[in-house]
Amino acid sequence: MKRFLVPLAVFALLVGFLAVGLTLNPREVPSPLVGKTAPAFDLPLLSQPDKRFVPADMRGKVWLLNVWASWCVSCRDEHPVLVDLSKKGVLPILGLNYKDKGDEAQRWLRQFGDPYQFSVVDADGRTGIDYGVYGVPETYLIDAEGVIRFKQIGPLTPAVLEQKLLPLAMALKK
Amino acid sequence: MTRTVILILLLFACSAGRAQESNPQTENRIRQLEEKLRCLVCLNQTLADSNAELAGDLRKQVRDQVAAGRSDGEVVAFMVQRYGDFVLYEPPFKATTALLWLGPFLLLAAGAGFLIFAVRRRRNAPQEPALLPDEKRLVYRVLGPAPPGENPDGHRQ
Repeated sequence: MKRFLVPLAVFALLVGFLAVGLTLNPREVPSPLVGKTAPAFDLPLLSQPDKRFVPADMRGKVWLLNVWASWCVSCRDEHPVLVDLSKKGVLPILGLNYKDKGDEAQRWLRQFGDPYQFSVVDADGRTGIDYGVYGVPETYLIDAEGVIRFKQIGPLTPAVLEQKLLPLAMALKK
Repeated sequence: MTRTVILILLLFACSAGRAQESNPQTENRIRQLEEKLRCLVCLNQTLADSNAELAGDLRKQVRDQVAAGRSDGEVVAFMVQRYGDFVLYEPPFKATTALLWLGPFLLLAAGAGFLIFAVRRRRNAPQEPALLPDEKRLVYRVLGPAPPGENPDGHRQ
């Protein structure tokens, strides 16, 4: 009997590792930017191309930066969640319109509603690279000091919002 | 015929692509950098191999930065700063990756240890006692006649 214990223990260990491995999402690459200052940029607004925005303008506020594009299918899934959130008015949401065409982006917002205070245009995706964007949508929670506190890769879901993002945002606001 | 035409056109396309390249040494450097870096969209492809749009953007970054005179280390650091160690095909050796690097050697050592242990135990195991003449006779009765060179009494001739 005893001679089976060792292989059994090894087997159980292996099953344990595999079970944990199955629940992990290999597409979710942990961002090295969480806990660091949000990279600076200086980009034109989507609605008023002659005006520009820099993240330092949001100092003192806890805000969301949502990376989106009209060509992005999951952004469409995510969109109602953002629209709901913007109606509650708990957090300012800013959009980073990523590698998109201006007129298509504007039409998209008219069609599905505009949850953003405003969106800035990252036409060539260079700012996206600074933010480590590799799949749209992505969302960053940025605190009053301009530090990224949380990053959601892929669509925001009501569950993520209620369980992670909003509690953290409320704590940061205090 | 059409094949030949297509082939010739393809050759032209290749040479057109080559025309904008800088010197071969720089190209080689860029190529090596691109093979060190992972495409984050397709995960198991390098930047050099990937057709994803982001990979194209990042390749352009590598090219621009090399052209601007940055060292290989600076280009890699630029990527790691934004995308984490994951962007490297060869993970760096540090506390969180020690098991990854040393694991295979640990397993090898454990296997070798087990092998030595098992062989020693077998060698030290008591030998099976030889059959008594009576037992031997019984064996031959059941299994058939004794092979030449051995008699049923169990004594060598």
